[in-house]
Amino acid sequence: MTGDLLEYAIRGLPIGCVFALLAVGLTLTYRTSGVFNLAFAAQAYVSAAVFYVVRKEHEWPLLLAALLAIGVVAPLLGLILERGLFRHLRGTPPLTRIVTSLGLLVAIPELVKLWLGTQSQKNPPPLWPVTRTDEWLWNEGGRYVLDAGQVVTILSTALVVVGLTIMLRASAIGLRMRAVVESPRMAQLWGVDADRVSMVAWALSSALAGLVGVLLAPLFAELLPLHFFTLLVAALAACVVGRLVSIPLAVAGGIGLGVLQAVLAGLLPTDSVLSTGLRPALPFVVLFLLLLLRPPRLGDRVESDPLAGVDPPPPAPPSVGRSRGLTVANRVVAIGACVVGLFLGLAVLDSFWLQIVTSGLVLGVILLSFTLLTGMGGMVSLCQASFAAIGAFATAQITENAGLPVLTSMLAGALVAAIVGGLLAVPLLRLDGIYLALATLAFALMFQNVLVPLGWVSGGSTPIDVPRPLLGGLDLADDELFFVFAAVCLAVVGGLVVRLRSASTGRLLDALRGSEAASIAVGISPLRQRVVAFALAAGIAGFGGGLTASWTGSANYEQSFTFFAGLVWVVLVVTMGARSVQAAVFGGMAFFLMPELLQRLPLIPTDWTAGLSTALFGLGALTYVRHPEGIIQAQTTAVMRRFQRRDQGREPAAAPLAVKEVQAA
Amino acid sequence: MTENGSENGSGTEASLLTAEGVTKRFDGITALHDVPLEVHPGECVGLIGPNGAGKTTLFDCLTGRLRPEAGVVRFRGDRLDGCSGTTRARLGIARTFQRVELFAGMSVADQLLVAIQARSGRARVWRDLLGQGRPTPAEREQAGKITELLGLAAHVDRPVETLTLGQARLVELGRALACDPVLLFLDEPSSGLDRDETQALAVVLEEVRERTGTAILLIEHDVPLVRRLASRLYVLDAGRLVAHGETGEVLARPDVRAAYLGVSA
Repeated sequence: MTGDLLEYAIRGLPIGCVFALLAVGLTLTYRTSGVFNLAFAAQAYVSAAVFYVVRKEHEWPLLLAALLAIGVVAPLLGLILERGLFRHLRGTPPLTRIVTSLGLLVAIPELVKLWLGTQSQKNPPPLWPVTRTDEWLWNEGGRYVLDAGQVVTILSTALVVVGLTIMLRASAIGLRMRAVVESPRMAQLWGVDADRVSMVAWALSSALAGLVGVLLAPLFAELLPLHFFTLLVAALAACVVGRLVSIPLAVAGGIGLGVLQAVLAGLLPTDSVLSTGLRPALPFVVLFLLLLLRPPRLGDRVESDPLAGVDPPPPAPPSVGRSRGLTVANRVVAIGACVVGLFLGLAVLDSFWLQIVTSGLVLGVILLSFTLLTGMGGMVSLCQASFAAIGAFATAQITENAGLPVLTSMLAGALVAAIVGGLLAVPLLRLDGIYLALATLAFALMFQNVLVPLGWVSGGSTPIDVPRPLLGGLDLADDELFFVFAAVCLAVVGGLVVRLRSASTGRLLDALRGSEAASIAVGISPLRQRVVAFALAAGIAGFGGGLTASWTGSANYEQSFTFFAGLVWVVLVVTMGARSVQAAVFGGMAFFLMPELLQRLPLIPTDWTAGLSTALFGLGALTYVRHPEGIIQAQTTAVMRRFQRRDQGREPAAAPLAVKEVQAA
Repeated sequence: MTENGSENGSGTEASLLTAEGVTKRFDGITALHDVPLEVHPGECVGLIGPNGAGKTTLFDCLTGRLRPEAGVVRFRGDRLDGCSGTTRARLGIARTFQRVELFAGMSVADQLLVAIQARSGRARVWRDLLGQGRPTPAEREQAGKITELLGLAAHVDRPVETLTLGQARLVELGRALACDPVLLFLDEPSSGLDRDETQALAVVLEEVRERTGTAILLIEHDVPLVRRLASRLYVLDAGRLVAHGETGEVLARPDVRAAYLGVSA
């Protein structure tokens, strides 16, 4: 028995080492720059792809290939990101940092896939002088078998951990790094170039991400981005073990997780639900439990900087710049767009484009949940796609098993999603900012890996059919009628969101975002407000999910609700403008229109369009740094200013400083 | 002095807030050690002491922002142990902050309306969905009265980011008043204000007391302001109560002058 256990444990070591390495990289940059770089998983994928191409397709010698992938491409990418992007994120609100790294996480793998082409990458080569991992096996009396890829993983991890420890403890740059971690400004006052130190840390941890990519790839039979997302969640769990600050604890957490996973795999009966469900879900379960049972203390890191007060105050939230004129203009444009849109949809568009536009409207309903949650509540949830799926599954199950009308089932589905959201929110919302985003990502992946395959949730391998609603005498099986129905649903949900935003719910959420301490002091209960917002948003997503199922004909998870789709949605809505209803509508449209439009552009290969549009959405998130109010409102404001300037020199609508001068005079 | 061992709080009926033996430690540093405090209805009590004496920590312990390691806090005779900051605020304890905490991105009027709506418990999702969630004329009128009292009527629509520090402190005071407080905690309301602004603040505070009859617990470094407003004083130094009593007597004590006034001069 103990021999078996040891065998299982040794089998878990390599993957545990990979978790640990990525966790070290994440912790290192978080400590030196305050950015929790979700894009590390994408950077690891880049290096893995580079290594695969030069080593396997061009048959470079091992050392040269490794040098290029880990020593050149990885740090270079890291430096480009640091100089071009993350350096400018210091002192920005956590939301900005999450959105930016999320955009990269979405965009980079898509770009890599475009470069790799359509054929699959089977049997990635190990970081060892062999071309296939099983050419070299370490074998002891027929037991404890490790192949080349696994042995090199364990060895490199040991080397990296020892090397990093020595560097941080005993070298000059290590000392400076620790100083910068403590307080960048203080270090600068003592003559340390904090920017350079931070660059070294980025280059180093990016190289680490590259190493992780190259090491991880041969542990699976095929090079797929999904493995890197899964890896990311495991690494996050390891980071949380170290509370995002301790590197030794992060290493221990990573290795422990890998070993635990393998031991569970060995001990649980192979065909039980526990084994098929729990094992792949383990990183998410662990992350979830860790976040709940060992909630991070506030002020664990950057806030402990004794000179933190020197920071300029964070920029005013976008609602400040929203003048009356802008609101009126928005309403006029919105009503005009509705009328023109309905006319176009019914009279001009052919059935193909009508379907695209209807899909956009339906998605717009789901995206409105972000308007409420992220725009009003300031929370980032990466599991709205899961709530939409819950709504879709519930709609399907209720329609099929209880025989209720489809519309009633949709509302019931929304209720189910809202209840699940509310129940999830109570423990989750003790977390804040980045931790909330991580926990929702963990939930989304757990939902996808564990719950979706279950028959009572999704109906098993074939999606359950959902018919179109029958309203009075109208059968919405007709696409034109469904188009109108979807537009009405979108208008109703959008109207409710606007109503909440301008009423007490919205104000209290605004207040909470403005200052939590002051909110408590006037008698607002932060947890209650946030749970309500979370549940409402989940309900909206659930309703949108039911609508999607009815539109597409079935509650099809793979087609409509994967966690990756959820990531793209967040990025899309936030880029367009998290607070505005139009942004949700435009976002839904863009999601479906963009690939079709790209397809019709010259010079773009047709098999590129889907990936390219996702990559563009991801890269779009980078505008968030400059326009947190979203590009739609930024454009509207710019246009209005131009008009006002032409009208003669009345003060610009969104310029608080100018207002101040005028009123102070 | 406070009575000993009375669990039902019968002896504290005359006082609004009583604290006994409040002790708070941060990682081995004792920020407050066995501090008592008592505030009667309608009274203005000053809390003074050098920087780092534990005044704001005591505020935070009383308002529920921090959990003290030991000590009993009673409000109108009821023990507040385990009550969240939200609950205490709803009971009628309002506060301002040493570093101004306003709702970023909202106008002056909205700051007050949020407080009024939170206090009235009228903020409910179903109300909002039925279209009844906007501020009522009565609520707007209440906000208007407060802005007028504070001399902020000209600034109601301005975003708070555009206010001067003096105006921001007044808005914070106004927001606390919008909660209809029985007891008002003011944390260094004059810090960062010039002499004229401080004078104006004193006038406003006197008027607030006259109109609302609320009790005030005041942390303040400005001795003339304390002398003008507070009838009784507590003096903290290094987390311990070093003196308390009538304002004039306390300020005249040599040890207080040495420990506090000497330092601040």
